[in-house]
Amino acid sequence: MPLAVAPLLFGAAFGVLALDAGLGAEGAIAMSATTFGGSAQFAAATILEDGGGAAAAIVAALLLNARYVPLSLAVASIFRGSWRRRAVESQLIVDESWALAGRSGRFEYGVLIGVGLLFYVVWVGGTVLGTLIGDLLDPEGIGLDAAFPALFLALLAPYLRSRRALLTAIVAGAITLVLIPVAPPGVPIVAASVAALIGLRR
Amino acid sequence: MTWLVIAVVGGATIAFKAAGPVLVGNRELPPQVASVVDVLAPALLAALVVTQTVGGDGEIVIDARLAGVVAGGVAVWLRAPLLVVMVVAAATAALIRLF
Repeated sequence: MPLAVAPLLFGAAFGVLALDAGLGAEGAIAMSATTFGGSAQFAAATILEDGGGAAAAIVAALLLNARYVPLSLAVASIFRGSWRRRAVESQLIVDESWALAGRSGRFEYGVLIGVGLLFYVVWVGGTVLGTLIGDLLDPEGIGLDAAFPALFLALLAPYLRSRRALLTAIVAGAITLVLIPVAPPGVPIVAASVAALIGLRR
Repeated sequence: MTWLVIAVVGGATIAFKAAGPVLVGNRELPPQVASVVDVLAPALLAALVVTQTVGGDGEIVIDARLAGVVAGGVAVWLRAPLLVVMVVAAATAALIRLF
């Protein structure tokens, strides 16, 4: 439950930014309900606010969210039932629900759906609040932007007992670090999935 | 124009998230593909840690996030619970920004 503070505050911050960017309250809420991915939404709204144009906003947001292809591939095996049901349930994949679902080293369906639903409701609700009453609290002022990479680090730790996973993580981290200064935001994460080819080693 | 952005980004993201479960769910993967998918999680987690710790808009940015994540890393090493790790990281970054 304390986890839900972050999407509430960031959701409200997005609502405020989206109003400044001219998305309108309906647009802000529609974007949170369909895209449901913080970094891409912030990028698109920031570009629109700066007068960067629709095409630039779309390209930036799509590059940022392209990581959901490898993320959804990694967790695909836990989804069962008809393809429609899998398509609907897969919308609950966000970085946090995905990472927490894998905390035992094996993805758990219940965690992904539970955390995903909680984040979805709070993210959309936070956006609504942001458009109505403005910023609730500065998320960066209370260090929330450092809390999530630390969470991902904690969730990465159990994997590192395997030599192969350790090597993969080091290579993936290095690819990301090298690409951040030269590639558009979002691309480094997608490119880092190439490190998973290390899985082919015996 | 803004509705075009909302529709395209929303539609594409829905497709990105559905890609794995729709194409691969309900199906056993060949062993070689499965062994690659097995290490996708640590690869992507490492990439998320790096981008969210030092990632800026097309540049490496060293700021309070890094100190927070290092402090959180110490908590991980001491086997602290997840919530404690997050609070340690957030509090460290928040304190640094105060001064």
